[in-house]
Amino acid sequence: MPSMLDVRYGEPSLTLWQKFWRINWLFVIILCITASVGFAMLYSAADGNIDPWASRQMARFGFGLVLMTCIAMVDIRFWLRYAYFIYSAAMVLLIAVEIAGTIGMGAQRWIDLGIVTVQPSELMKIALVIALARYFHGARLEDVHSPLHLIAPLILVLLPAGLVMRQPDLGTALMLVLGSGAIFFAAGVRMWKFGVVLAVAISSLPIGWQFLRDYQKQRVLTFLNPENDPLGSGYHIIQSKIALGSGGVFGKGFMQGTQSHLSFLPEMQTDFIFTMLAEEFGIVGALMLLGLYSIILIYGIFFSLSCRNQFGRLVAIGMTATFFLYVFINIAMVTGLIPVVGVPLPLISYGGTAMLTLMIGFGMLMGVYVHRDMLIGRRSSEIDA
Amino acid sequence: MHRDSDRNKLFGRRTAMLIGGKFFLLSTLTARLYYLQVVESDKYKTLAFENRINFRLLAPPRGRITDRAGRPLAYNQQNYRVLLVSENTESVEGTLNALEQIIDLGEKDRKRILRDVKRNRSFVPVTVRENLDWSQVSRIEVNTPDLPGVMIDVGESRYYPYAGEFAHVLGYVAPVSQKELTGDPLLELPGFRIGKAGIEKVHDLALRGAGGNSQVEVNAYGRVIRELERNEGLPGSEVRLTLDLELQRFAAEKISEHSASVVVMDIHSGEILTLMSSPSFDPNNFNQGLSNKQWNDLVSNPRSPLINKSIGGQYSPGSTFKMIVALAALERGVITPDSKFFCSGKMELGNATFHCWKKHGHGTLNCSDAITQSCDVFFYEIAKRIGVQRIAEMARRFGLGDALGIDLAGEHGGLIPSNKWKQETIGSSWQKGETVILGIGQGYILVTPLQLAVMTAQLVNGGIKLKPHLTKRLLSPDGAEDAVNAVAGESLNVSSANMKLVRDAMARVVNDPRGTTFRSRIKEADMMMGGKTGTVQVRRISKAERETGVLKNSELEWKDRDHALFVGFAPVDNPRYAISVVVEHGGGGSSVAAPIARDVLYEAQRLNILSTVSSPIEDADLNKKDGVENAKHA
Repeated sequence: MPSMLDVRYGEPSLTLWQKFWRINWLFVIILCITASVGFAMLYSAADGNIDPWASRQMARFGFGLVLMTCIAMVDIRFWLRYAYFIYSAAMVLLIAVEIAGTIGMGAQRWIDLGIVTVQPSELMKIALVIALARYFHGARLEDVHSPLHLIAPLILVLLPAGLVMRQPDLGTALMLVLGSGAIFFAAGVRMWKFGVVLAVAISSLPIGWQFLRDYQKQRVLTFLNPENDPLGSGYHIIQSKIALGSGGVFGKGFMQGTQSHLSFLPEMQTDFIFTMLAEEFGIVGALMLLGLYSIILIYGIFFSLSCRNQFGRLVAIGMTATFFLYVFINIAMVTGLIPVVGVPLPLISYGGTAMLTLMIGFGMLMGVYVHRDMLIGRRSSEIDA
Repeated sequence: MHRDSDRNKLFGRRTAMLIGGKFFLLSTLTARLYYLQVVESDKYKTLAFENRINFRLLAPPRGRITDRAGRPLAYNQQNYRVLLVSENTESVEGTLNALEQIIDLGEKDRKRILRDVKRNRSFVPVTVRENLDWSQVSRIEVNTPDLPGVMIDVGESRYYPYAGEFAHVLGYVAPVSQKELTGDPLLELPGFRIGKAGIEKVHDLALRGAGGNSQVEVNAYGRVIRELERNEGLPGSEVRLTLDLELQRFAAEKISEHSASVVVMDIHSGEILTLMSSPSFDPNNFNQGLSNKQWNDLVSNPRSPLINKSIGGQYSPGSTFKMIVALAALERGVITPDSKFFCSGKMELGNATFHCWKKHGHGTLNCSDAITQSCDVFFYEIAKRIGVQRIAEMARRFGLGDALGIDLAGEHGGLIPSNKWKQETIGSSWQKGETVILGIGQGYILVTPLQLAVMTAQLVNGGIKLKPHLTKRLLSPDGAEDAVNAVAGESLNVSSANMKLVRDAMARVVNDPRGTTFRSRIKEADMMMGGKTGTVQVRRISKAERETGVLKNSELEWKDRDHALFVGFAPVDNPRYAISVVVEHGGGGSSVAAPIARDVLYEAQRLNILSTVSSPIEDADLNKKDGVENAKHA
């Protein structure tokens, strides 16, 4: 029976040329515009120099753009087929950093492959989305409603989240859990189950506190009262708020941000770049960037809704959610809404790994749109494989 | 199929909820941004401003101090120092080693520099050495390529070109101590110096000026990025003194070997032309900080170089007091100009014997002769008759016994004893014998050299009360001028005939062959001086010594020798200058003090310091020729 269904739903592959024209180029243009805002901010962060940040960021984005386009044209069934394999590979790397990772920023996050450093937790953000999408693609709605069938995907989430937490990288762990939550939610998991998870999470907070590293505890405490230690760990938040607030409605002008340019603002080219943008362009500039991000989000949802296979829809939901989490956590952090957790601002912050993850994610998102009309049976992946 | 379409419907609903949730979260971000950037913006703008703007106080240049002709006595000199900026060096040690080739750096200096480098941020300059001389500066400049991180900085430091010659008048500047803080933020500037003594202290506020400020933008590490605004403030005022540079230096040279004081003043205006106390000290050393040894040497020196003897030294006036005693007697009618007494060389009172300096006596003499020859017995006799009260009254009228209020700290008032005073401080009643020795300016009486000069000036200016002062005016850099001291001009109410008698007698002291100091006269007719010597015993001469022959000063220890005093004026026919000379343990007034006074008065007239008459006082009673003619008659 299943095989018959598959045959019936099977779609002939599109030619590369057809795929190329099915790419939503308007979306690509929006991405380019957003990335260009990032280049401008990096140019400003270097006091009007294209080096050292803007130039390298441009090169990365250019490479990412090509990679993204290639991924967008990869047959979506390929990802479906190799979803668990990719997930396993990412898991192996994640365990490898646990064992042999180099120490950086006080947390083990990188694998040094000589030419490039790979951050397995970033790869896991993609791999987990694909794996979960595959699982729910193959699950009937009754399965989704039965708690027993949720054990396997929960393990898929908690295994990497736990490892990332151990590194310790609170921000990424949070993103993995919340991004997965979006997929669970879209897949149709009953609302009350989320309520239960939330209740359990809140009640286990005191226990979780014990497992936090000292600097993480410090960050949380500092978040609760930054003025407590204005020159120590509260410094980032206070300086960031001063920079933001002093930017006012229209900002101080491009390259005129006093707080960021006089080094009051730490790490302005990476995690705190939004602060610099809001200082130099005011709330007007900040909201315009949020507008760009909203357009990208809406595109993501649009891609998801226009897709006719569950796998693609869930991948699009997962990727969009991941992207949204980047945006929200970073801006909430620099505006002092949540503790400092070290999540970059997508497409703007300087940094290679996050850019790579994002471009792969956007590639898959666009791939979903390219293959939107492809019908894939629930069990087709197994049969095709 | 059916199930899958349910799944699809549910997916659509859930997706709508997800996007709703996302936009809800995005709007919380928007609200947060609105709160920070619009509602609270002003607060953060202020914080940002404070973050990046530093106010720096600029010390105004300290005002100059000049002599009466505007010649500088104290000014600010450029002080070259080597600084080291550690971030510009390859290694601090390496640069110091290279620097060692040019300037000596001790182990102690090195340690301090390395400590300072460690303590400060790497862009903060650390002082390596101050007060470089020009050759060191130029050698460092030439070698800059080999001295990475080294820079030369120019500061200002107070400089006194004449060092000790004006030290007691000018005082010195030194860093501010904790208890001198008044709330003026200038005082809290590191390295700021204020006047600690002398004119530097008296006119400190005027000399200090008003601080400027500079607004600089700094980054988070405190490094100055640029200057936004600068207000230079107002430099300190110039303080012009009444002193004459050349006369002061001349006097300083004259008494450089002695522990002594010379005060010269304008008899009409009360302006001090010379106020020299010796030995002195170099105020430049105070500016840089004295070493322990230097300080101990100054403090333990028996000739007390730190004390301004002209205003702070108190001496018995000796015979220089005889004019006051004579005036007291004449004014009260106790004697007339013709009253005569016989001097046998001593006077008996009860069972005490009072000796005249001339062992075998002066014979019979009147008041004028008694002053001229400084007969002690004559003054014993008249003092006995007029009593302590009247002598004290006349002394006070001439400015003795109380501080004169000169514009300088450390002035002492001296002491004019009286019955009441003795009762209160010693607790016994006044003895007649004490009145007798008060008649020759000995005993409890104490006066300062300044008081002697003022007394003399008032004796020859027609009896006009003077207020001695050192400050001629304050000249603010913005053009404002402030004349400080006006002439007092109050009359002392002493009969001019009596004053003339005393003045003529003083002229004869110097110019009459029988006068006590004829050898020290000025021979130029239009420059001749008048005066009175004084020799003050500082030890008690025992009866045994008096019988075997009083020891000569040269046979005594320095501290046992007599003080030598001289008060005088010139020119005799139309006095302009008054002088007092006190040489501690110098020996005889006529042999030691008078020659100094003669040279200084001669120099003052030669320099013609008071070329234009600065006082409106014209005293018709003072017949210009009288003094000289009397001297010639005698």
